[in-house]
Amino acid sequence: MSLSREDLAAIVARDIREGSYVNLGIGIPTLVANYLPPGDAIILHTENGMLGMGPSPAEGQEDPDLMNAGKLPVTARPGASYFHHADSFAMMRGGHLDVCVLGAFQVSERGDLANWHSGAPGAIPAVGGAMDLAIGAKQVFVMMDLQDRDGRPKLVADCSYPLTGVACVDRVYTDRAVFDITLDGLVVRETFDTTHDELRELLALDLIGIL
Amino acid sequence: MRTKLSTGATEALAGIPDGATIMIGGFGRAGQPVELIDALIEQGATDLTIINNNAGNGETGLAALLAARRVSKIVCSFPRQSDSQVFNGLYAAGLIELELVPQGNLAERIRAAGAGIGGFFTPTGFGTQLAEGKETRKIDGRNYVLEYPLRSDFALISALHADPWGNLVYRETARNFGPIMAAAATTTIAQVDSVVELGALDPEFVVTPGIYVDRVVAVGERSWLRHGIFIGEQA
Repeated sequence: MSLSREDLAAIVARDIREGSYVNLGIGIPTLVANYLPPGDAIILHTENGMLGMGPSPAEGQEDPDLMNAGKLPVTARPGASYFHHADSFAMMRGGHLDVCVLGAFQVSERGDLANWHSGAPGAIPAVGGAMDLAIGAKQVFVMMDLQDRDGRPKLVADCSYPLTGVACVDRVYTDRAVFDITLDGLVVRETFDTTHDELRELLALDLIGIL
Repeated sequence: MRTKLSTGATEALAGIPDGATIMIGGFGRAGQPVELIDALIEQGATDLTIINNNAGNGETGLAALLAARRVSKIVCSFPRQSDSQVFNGLYAAGLIELELVPQGNLAERIRAAGAGIGGFFTPTGFGTQLAEGKETRKIDGRNYVLEYPLRSDFALISALHADPWGNLVYRETARNFGPIMAAAATTTIAQVDSVVELGALDPEFVVTPGIYVDRVVAVGERSWLRHGIFIGEQA
């Protein structure tokens, strides 16, 4: 028994403190927006140039000049601001955002992140803002399944996919457990119908008990 | 009276030679100067190096310039998308060179060029394939990669309004690369929905001061805004 992505998104949202400025990466992390508290407790950043991003517009109300980093139509909340790309990435690189939530192919036990390139021969590389997001917030959270489709763990000793960032991930939310990456090692913060022994057997990594 | 207004896109693009390096604004379709790109295709300059966040979407705008085989190299952060079939085909056939740059480094390199900065150390990309062979430095315990400014002969950008001095305001997230590209190019050409009278733009709200803008052309409401342009894809 493991958590659904929706349930996991709710748990990530639970852990984001009110008052935070947050960037939700493309894909699964966008689900987190559905579970954030209502009102203006959390301000969303989209790296193409807006703070105060609101939900998708009603059908027929889409504005092609107003989109998110996934190039999907969004809305601007009261209090929103627009800025150019260099400002937007300075905001991230400069450590002004509180939390960034990203998907991943793999995360290493030291917090290395691989999420931009499959490394497959002939694949067209495309990085976008992935490497900026990886280092672009006070806390970088990853949301991913603990295992890939073939059952191989995605939390690993060393990433085999090309790296997006080095030692940049602070916490990993998976369908089986939540891990903190600390200077002392990998800390199991929370489990979902999974024992520590099962995690040790699956990951073959040194795990430190519940924080 | 001082004026930067051109009578049309053709006049605005005069003098762009073969082999030029051209920045083109926009993030996907938001802020893409489609009317200027159409005029550039008609103008005929070829062997171009294009700097843009993407490598064209669908079959129009930048994708059409690529399809016309006018581009020998593209510098961008995110070429591969669900609707980047024109670029994908050229790349697979070895007909276009790609320089891939992380998005924030792309923006900062452009900003640095416009600001007269000779280079900068950034944490983005350190320890990755995209920093291989580049100079690195540890500063206050953090690792950084040296990146150089990115400048161009021309910039083609899109804004909402301009006045005759070339002061610009933008609309929503279509601002994206416009202000930094305007400063980084030797000659900046801005298309706008409409030109307003001198004094009509509140100086408190001018985003790009006219000193960065050389030529302005009004294109009217962008008709392509109204039909099916939303195809979601990362960055």
